[in-house]
Amino acid sequence: MTIEVLMPALSPTMEEGTLARWLVKEGDDVKSGDVIAEIETDKATMEVEAVEEGIVAKLLVEAGTEGVKVNAPIAILKEEGESDEAVKSAASKSSETPAEQGESRGQEQDKDEVPDRAEGASGSSAKDEGGEKAKAKSSSLKDPEIPEGTKMVSTTVRDALRDAMAEEMRRDERVFVMGEEVAEYQGAYKVTRELLQEFGAKRVVDTPITEHGFAGVGVGAAFAGLKPVVEFMTFNFAMQAIDHIINSAAKTLYMSGGQMGCPIVFRGPNSAASRVGAQHSQDYSAWYANVPGLKVIAPYDAADAKGLLKAAIRDPNPVVFLEHELIYGESFDVPDVDDWVLPIGKAKIRREGTDCTITAHSRMVGFALQAAEKLAEEGIECEVIDLRTLRPLDTDTVVESVKKTNRIVCAEEGWGRMGVGAEIAAVVTAEAFDYLDAPPARVHQADVPLPYAANLEKLALPGVDDIIKAVKAVTYAE
Amino acid sequence: MSNGQSRFHVPAPPFRPGDAPDFSHLDLQKAGEAKRPDPLTAPAKMTDLAMGLIGVLDHNHQAVGEWDPRLSPEVLREGLSHMVLTRIYDARMLKLQRQGKMSFYMKSLGEEAVAVAAAMALEKSDMVFPSYRQQGILFARGRNIVDMMCHCISNSRDNLKGRQLPVHYTWAEGNFFSISGNLGTQFPQAVGYAMACAYKGEDTIAASWIGDGTTAAPDFHAAMTLASTYRAPVILNVVNNQWAISTYEGIAKGDSPTFASKGLGYGLASLRVDGNDFLAVYAATKWAADRARKGGGATFIELFTYRADAHSTSDDPSRYRPKNEFEVWPLGDPIERLKNHLIGFGEWDEERHEKLEEQMTALVVKSYKEAESHGTLHDGPLSPTHTIFEDVYATEDWRLRRQRQDLGV
Repeated sequence: MTIEVLMPALSPTMEEGTLARWLVKEGDDVKSGDVIAEIETDKATMEVEAVEEGIVAKLLVEAGTEGVKVNAPIAILKEEGESDEAVKSAASKSSETPAEQGESRGQEQDKDEVPDRAEGASGSSAKDEGGEKAKAKSSSLKDPEIPEGTKMVSTTVRDALRDAMAEEMRRDERVFVMGEEVAEYQGAYKVTRELLQEFGAKRVVDTPITEHGFAGVGVGAAFAGLKPVVEFMTFNFAMQAIDHIINSAAKTLYMSGGQMGCPIVFRGPNSAASRVGAQHSQDYSAWYANVPGLKVIAPYDAADAKGLLKAAIRDPNPVVFLEHELIYGESFDVPDVDDWVLPIGKAKIRREGTDCTITAHSRMVGFALQAAEKLAEEGIECEVIDLRTLRPLDTDTVVESVKKTNRIVCAEEGWGRMGVGAEIAAVVTAEAFDYLDAPPARVHQADVPLPYAANLEKLALPGVDDIIKAVKAVTYAE
Repeated sequence: MSNGQSRFHVPAPPFRPGDAPDFSHLDLQKAGEAKRPDPLTAPAKMTDLAMGLIGVLDHNHQAVGEWDPRLSPEVLREGLSHMVLTRIYDARMLKLQRQGKMSFYMKSLGEEAVAVAAAMALEKSDMVFPSYRQQGILFARGRNIVDMMCHCISNSRDNLKGRQLPVHYTWAEGNFFSISGNLGTQFPQAVGYAMACAYKGEDTIAASWIGDGTTAAPDFHAAMTLASTYRAPVILNVVNNQWAISTYEGIAKGDSPTFASKGLGYGLASLRVDGNDFLAVYAATKWAADRARKGGGATFIELFTYRADAHSTSDDPSRYRPKNEFEVWPLGDPIERLKNHLIGFGEWDEERHEKLEEQMTALVVKSYKEAESHGTLHDGPLSPTHTIFEDVYATEDWRLRRQRQDLGV
């Protein structure tokens, strides 16, 4: 088959660059590792290496072209004996891509999805200011710019989620909400407040108590072209629905050879509440984040809850949206803009720091920030990364941060075994091993079913002090 | 305590290998006896239809009673032709599997009417959510046989790109849902699809099929509840072919008098139909489709039939049931019955039937040759390796591209 060579990125912030010079011409044989072109940005130049062997079949971008988008195809390699037809068809396909990729996030697009635009041309060698070779990759997904002077409105997470659904329901008639107690009762946690009054019983549908059954109904409706938002009273009750979420929603696009996709959002509170016992307190982050075909989002503040839920509803893929009961009532600033949509798959650095990176998602972000404040009083500056999306996981932001701080503490509310922190620790160890000054540390729940009694529950759940302790351990402060 | 043994109960089939099967204990209502109420009748007023048996073709192959759909000879011959093709296709595929040219196969021998008659009674725009034994729908809807075979071989023209077991077809264009390997998930999904059609104001309905064994699954009960609650325009079929692999129907049915009667508790219109009677299956499906389209809600249909061959190529039924059960099955063979019906009123004869079989055999042989030109199981070409990373998401994620590059494809 033909192989596309893509415009690589030199840094996480790079979005476009100049293709300064080709070092090969059409018809040349190249081997993996051969330098084939030079790329320039205003900061540095970089050599592009061929990842695969092949014959240069076509150069798609002329030398000297400025403003070539990251990840746009710049050349096509073919294998020996491959027909020109294949090259032609690959070239015509490629010519459509750069335009799409050039669209900037935050712009209103007449498309269902928020493009999950990201990059990663591997095998390129970079010469940056320090002359250090780094694997070229980046995350060009960015939050939309908030224009100066934008009013910020203090909103609870609960209302931000509600507003996201209401706005998407006004925008797209295919969007509807279903679940237990969502209509007349306005949601068990009042997240669907006033939706019934505005949209009526056709679009806000009460269901009987069968998460398994109504998840299946939602999946079927999605295959019919609607965009269901299925509310689970909690994700604990959705364990029986997991067959539809994973075996049907997540796998059918693939198993049907790309013929049938499932645009659906499964949302509701996840993880511990206050003393509801082990069966009502489980954190499913790692479960769902393990599954190809799903996108998994776990926001912390109200602005992210709103912007990411809107993105989830527009996404053409099945999305598991993990909320947290204990932050529903917390208020945060939300920008008062017409259409606040955030990129799925992009972490957010909530606090910059130089001494240790802390990763967290959902409610643990608040604890991580508190821990960072206390540590700052002792002279330890932490960089707090809110993962926001667990699949696709923005590992680049984490790895870049660790290269700066040389230490990492991965905090999560769920169990540690095979957990989110385990995954991040593995990625960091693989991709930034030489930068680490201490083994990655994890903060998580005790490895027991969560006890009910307040004193035991508190002991089992991770908190601010656990994070502080872990940071001090990896910074050898104690 | 001493009485414990009598209270512990696991039901067993009436016959095991070596027994002489005799189905005279089955109390089957005679063809033509069941009343045909208006399709909008309230379920509580037609509960007898769940206990009896809707049949049209009698022992003399005459069409009798209120359920006779009065189809033209052309339509009947078309139905016969689809059933013959289904049977010949199945037989050929099994043979090829036994020769190692296919990894796995599942036949629908004896159940051809269940799929073919239903598909012909539905509109082509109606969405079907079948199980793995309704391949007859594909023939009735005109699916290209070469494409079906290419899927079963997993070769370079497999429209599922080598990602699904043989016989688990998907055909979006033909409104044929992706067959799930997990039994029963299609039942609530069909309800949701049907609700979505109603939501959009479309005339389209959905239909789904599961086997008798799957009626024990949560999906069955949830789908029945939700179809009733929301009066979804859906037809929920249970194909009672007597055997869920090696467990006989009683293992899932328990002490319910019939599978159809399970629908009554949910408040659904519930019909029990002779699944080997093409005309009865056609008429019942048409009735249920009318009911759904007119806003009467869902219908639950038990299709009473017999799985004449093994569950799949991995199964040997001679270990758990007498070999000749199908020969003495009181409802006969669906193809023979429709054929004899047509012959009975001079619209068919043995010679034409033989010719039809020859034509269909030639079509299957020729199609298989063409299918193999797109690749064989052992020598390929198979689905190109780079496609392994496609379609995980609607848009390609860079992580997948990186995996592909790491693999060098």
